[in-house]
Amino acid sequence: MDTQDRKLPEAPKHEAITSPQGSVSAVPDISMAEPARDETAPQITKKRRRMPSMPEWFEVLWSNRKARVGLIMLAFFLLVAIFAGQITPYNPNDISFGPSEQPSWQHLLGTTQAGQDVFSQLVYGTRTSLIVGALGGGLSTLIALVIGMVAGYMGGIVDEILSFLINLGLVVPVLPLMVTIAAYSPVKGPAIIILVIGFTSWAWGARFKRSQVLTLRVRDYITSAQFAGDGPFRIIFREIMPNMLSLVVLSYIVAAMGAIGAEAGLEFLGVGDPNTISWGMMLYWADNGGALFTGQWAWLITPGLALAALTSCLLLINFGVDALSNPQLREE
Amino acid sequence: MRYYIRRFVFFLLTLWAAVTLNFIIPRLQPGDPAEDIVRRLVGQNKPIDPAQVRAIRLMLGIPSGNIFQQYIDYLGTLVHGQFGISYTYFPYPVLSLIGQSILWTLGLVLTTNIIGFVIGNILGAFAAWRRNSAFDSFVSVGLNFVGTLPYMWIALVLLFVFAFQLQWLPIGGGFSETSTRQLSWGYAWDIIVHATLPALSLLITGPIGWIMGMRNNMVQTLREDYTRLAVAKGLKPWKVALLYSARNAILPNVTGLALSLGGILGGVVLVESVFDYPGMGRLFFDAIGNRDYPLMQTIFLFSVVATLLANLFADFVVGWLDPRVRKGEH
Repeated sequence: MDTQDRKLPEAPKHEAITSPQGSVSAVPDISMAEPARDETAPQITKKRRRMPSMPEWFEVLWSNRKARVGLIMLAFFLLVAIFAGQITPYNPNDISFGPSEQPSWQHLLGTTQAGQDVFSQLVYGTRTSLIVGALGGGLSTLIALVIGMVAGYMGGIVDEILSFLINLGLVVPVLPLMVTIAAYSPVKGPAIIILVIGFTSWAWGARFKRSQVLTLRVRDYITSAQFAGDGPFRIIFREIMPNMLSLVVLSYIVAAMGAIGAEAGLEFLGVGDPNTISWGMMLYWADNGGALFTGQWAWLITPGLALAALTSCLLLINFGVDALSNPQLREE
Repeated sequence: MRYYIRRFVFFLLTLWAAVTLNFIIPRLQPGDPAEDIVRRLVGQNKPIDPAQVRAIRLMLGIPSGNIFQQYIDYLGTLVHGQFGISYTYFPYPVLSLIGQSILWTLGLVLTTNIIGFVIGNILGAFAAWRRNSAFDSFVSVGLNFVGTLPYMWIALVLLFVFAFQLQWLPIGGGFSETSTRQLSWGYAWDIIVHATLPALSLLITGPIGWIMGMRNNMVQTLREDYTRLAVAKGLKPWKVALLYSARNAILPNVTGLALSLGGILGGVVLVESVFDYPGMGRLFFDAIGNRDYPLMQTIFLFSVVATLLANLFADFVVGWLDPRVRKGEH
C-alpha cells in the first residue's frame, strides 16, 4: 500500500516536466498564457496523455536497454511467425518422413513419432503462441479493465460485489478451473483455449486497476468533470483510463505472458486439439511419443526454450514500460 | 474481532460461490452426459439405445428434474460427502480414489512450498541487504528468466537427464513396484528417492516469487525511519536486518503464500503427470484424459476448498502478526 501511494503522485509531475513541447501542442492557449505553472500540471498531463505522440513513448522504451533487447526479440518472433512458410522446408503436418529420427541435415531437430519434421513444428508453433498471447491476454485485460475500473470508480455496493468477484477469482486455482471448463467444451482447439484463458485469468489485473482508479478518482480534474455533468462511464474511460495507459499496457503484457504459459500447460495436459501445431502440443507429443526413450533431446528441449524466450522478451519489454510510468527506473 | 468475523464471512461466501461454480460448469455443456458416455461405449456413429442411457443415468446417479431441484440435491450430496462414482475406476467411489492420493500430493506440496518459502525469503532478504551487489543483480535479472521456464518442461528435462541418461533416480511413480509398502526405513527412503525429481521440478521456480517479493519489500523497509533509528542506535547490522527490516518486509509474503497455492496446484498437476506420481494431480490428469467428470469435478472442488482454507489461515496469521490489519486501519 505504502509504496503505491508514494510512487503514484510522482508520475504526472514528470510527465509535465519532461515533455513541455508535447503539452504545448496539445493545449496551446493555456501554456501560451501561463507557461508551466504548477496548478495547470494535471490538466496538461491529461491532455498530453489523451493524444500520446507515438515517437516519444517509443523513444523512452527504446532508450531502456532491457526493453530494446525485448523489442528486437519480439520482432524476431513476429517475423518467424509471419514467414513460417518460407523458413520451414516442410509442412509441419507432413507425416511422410521416418518416425523418431535423430537430428540430421534433412531434419535439423529430428522427426516425431508420427514422422513429422520437428523444426517445422517449432517454427509454426510461434504463430499459435503469439495469437494466444495477443488474444487471450487481450480478452483477459479487457475484462479486468471493465471490472477493475467500474469497481474502483463506483464504490459502494457495486464495488463490494465486484471486489468479491475479484477476490474469488484470485483464490480459485486457475489451471484446474481452466482444465475443467475446457474439458467440458464440445469443440477443441486454440479458439476455445483463448476464451477459457480470457474468462478465467482477469482477477490479478482487475485488482491492480481497481487500486489505481481508487487513487486517481479523487484528483481535481475528475471532480471538475463530475461538476461538468459527465456520466460515470465517460469519466472512467475518457478521463481516468488515458491517465493509466502505461499501467494498462503493463498488465496487458503480463496477461499475455500468462496466456502463453497457460495455453502450453493446457495442451500439455491434453485438453487441446491434438492436431494443433503449438509448443505445448509439441511437449505433449514429445512426452507421449517417447522422446525420452529414444533420446531425442532436441524435440524435448526446443519447445520449452522457445516458450521461455518468448515470455522473457515480453518480460524485458515490461521493464521498459515500467520505466515509462516510473521515471526513477529510467536509464539515462 | 471484527476483522476475524469479516474474513470468516468472506470464506463462507467464496466457498458457496465455488461450490455453485462447480454446479454450473458441467451444466453449460450442451448435450446429455449419460448419452455422451453411452456414445463412447458403443462408438461414435452407432444408434443409441434410450434404455441404456436411462440405465447409465440411474447407475451414476446423474440428476434429473428441474435446475433448482438439482441444485438442492447437489448441495445435499455434498453435505453428506457423496461425490459420486468414478467412470474410469468403476465401481470405486470418487472419494476413496482421492483418499488414496491426497497424502502424496499434500506431502509434495507442503515440503516444496515450505522449503521454497524459506529459501526464497532468506535469499531475497540477502539480496536487499547487499543491494546492487553482483548477487542482487543476478537475482533482479537472471532469476526472472529462470522463472519463465514452464513447469512441465523443467520436469521433462530433469526426468530425461537424471532418470533416463544418468539413471541416478527412478523414472516415475511414488514407490518401487517391489516395495512391501510397510512402514520401515527402507520404504521411507524409497519414497524420498521417488519424490526427489518431482520436488526438484517444483523447487527450481518455486522460490523465485518469494525472492523477488522479499527483495522489493525489504528495499522499502530498509529506507524506513525505524530502520534508520535502529542503525543510529548502534544496533548490530544483523539485528537491524532481521528484526527491523525483514520482519516487516515478510508480511505481504505471508498473504502471498496462501494466494500462491492456487498457482502451485497447477504446477503440481503438470509435474505429477510427467512423473506418473500417485497424487491428486496425476489423478486429475487421468480424469481429463478419460472424461471422468465426477472425478474431475471433485478434485477441482477439493483444490478450491484447500486454497480457500489456506487463505483463511493466512488471513488469521496476518491478523495475529500485524495489529494494523487487525484493527482495521487498512
